[in-house]
Amino acid sequence: MRESVIEIVQATQKEDDAAVVVARAVYEHPLVVRLCHWINAVALFVMVGSGLQIFRAFPSFGAKIPQKDLLHWPRAFAIGGWLGGGLQWHLTFMWIYIATGIVYLGYQIFSGNYRQVLFTRRDIPGVWPMVRHYFFFGEKPPAREAYNSLQKQAYTAAIILGILSVLTGFAVWKPVQFSWLAWLMGGFHYARIWHFAVMWAILLFVFGHLVMVILHGWNNFVSMLTGWKKDPEYFDPNDAMREDEVGK
Amino acid sequence: MKNYNRKMDEKKFRQVSRRELLKLTPVLALGAFAIPPLQEGLLKKGLHFSDWSAARLFRKGHLAPTFDDSDVAPFAKFPINGYDIDDPGVDFDTWTLTVSGAVQKPGEYKLSQVQALPRIRQNTRHICVEGWDVVGRFGGARLSDFLNLVGADPAARFITVSCADDYYESLDIATARHPQTLLCYEMYDQPLSREHGAPLRLQIPTKIGYKQAKYLTELKVTHVLEKVGYWEDQGYSWFYGL
Repeated sequence: MRESVIEIVQATQKEDDAAVVVARAVYEHPLVVRLCHWINAVALFVMVGSGLQIFRAFPSFGAKIPQKDLLHWPRAFAIGGWLGGGLQWHLTFMWIYIATGIVYLGYQIFSGNYRQVLFTRRDIPGVWPMVRHYFFFGEKPPAREAYNSLQKQAYTAAIILGILSVLTGFAVWKPVQFSWLAWLMGGFHYARIWHFAVMWAILLFVFGHLVMVILHGWNNFVSMLTGWKKDPEYFDPNDAMREDEVGK
Repeated sequence: MKNYNRKMDEKKFRQVSRRELLKLTPVLALGAFAIPPLQEGLLKKGLHFSDWSAARLFRKGHLAPTFDDSDVAPFAKFPINGYDIDDPGVDFDTWTLTVSGAVQKPGEYKLSQVQALPRIRQNTRHICVEGWDVVGRFGGARLSDFLNLVGADPAARFITVSCADDYYESLDIATARHPQTLLCYEMYDQPLSREHGAPLRLQIPTKIGYKQAKYLTELKVTHVLEKVGYWEDQGYSWFYGL
């Protein structure tokens, strides 16, 4: 789906004065996407913080006897204060996290907007030029759409990781009622390891995402607040949008 | 041919942007969790919702996984977890289980009466809320057989137990009557050791560890939840089915 473009012009007093274009803007992110993004960001923050609090109670993936801790996660960087508190936050916010995930996925699929984000076979050739540009000083490939191939890969992976975080979480939370799910993961003991590993993969994504947001400047950041991106790189003069269509 | 007006003046664009930003206000509702007087209530509701959905997910006939003898951890590696002391010094000569509440035959029950019921042995996974787990071997009578022995009211909804170390717990009747829920008096084919809850404990492979109370002294059958549980009263989940 091509995003619709408008031209922002200086406010003029006279009707017949030529309009001076000061910027262009594209409506990139529908409201549902933006709401889910920010609510889920908060929910994810709480899930990670409270999850690490829970982890602190037994920071190991081996036997209890003898106990060999994997890493010491400081209490100051965990949410809840203690195991009981951590569980309260985790078992409360998990529903918010899951709900925003379902609303987001449902919206993307039913509106067709998923095409903006989904990584497909056609995106494979575009990944390496983007990686070369970011990490190896290669030249910047021209932008043709809202998300380049590397972005699509990152966001698609993030969605898959989000789904995995929920599935592994359910296997850890209900290893008897979801015994088939736990079995797929190798049983409760391994499901707990997968749940922990998926969290780190998500944190890696978040780190990369934040770096990219900072690198790509204010206009880009604002697009996830208002939906509008000013002066998009991929502006195509053939795209048009009626004024009464704006904001729909 | 349609005429598209692709232009918007700056002022209008700013208005549109501001309106779109304001539409994000619902996100601020999450801020309620940061307000101390509201926080406790919200978390309690959240935990309660999790408990409710856990109870809805529970299937009476669905069994917890069982294991081969070769998968069972050695007895020395089965952790002892208590909240206060490991051995409350139960006097086995005088010990009885005091049964009360909605039952036809209340009173003192001896260990031999529990042991006379059909003995079930099972290798199941014990999961502690802390996160560790261990596969052990347990033996005992089905709690449902014992409830039939004492003539428990079929309409009763809860079981409450009290322990020699002042610990206490409660169970929903569906879990109490689950085929794998045991009044356990054996571990690894030997009578329970003191630290593991002798002479009688709950062994419930469909529940988290802290609900499997040790050194039982009293059992009450009720229609209403009176006493909840030691750890629940500190803020943990009540249902915590696995």
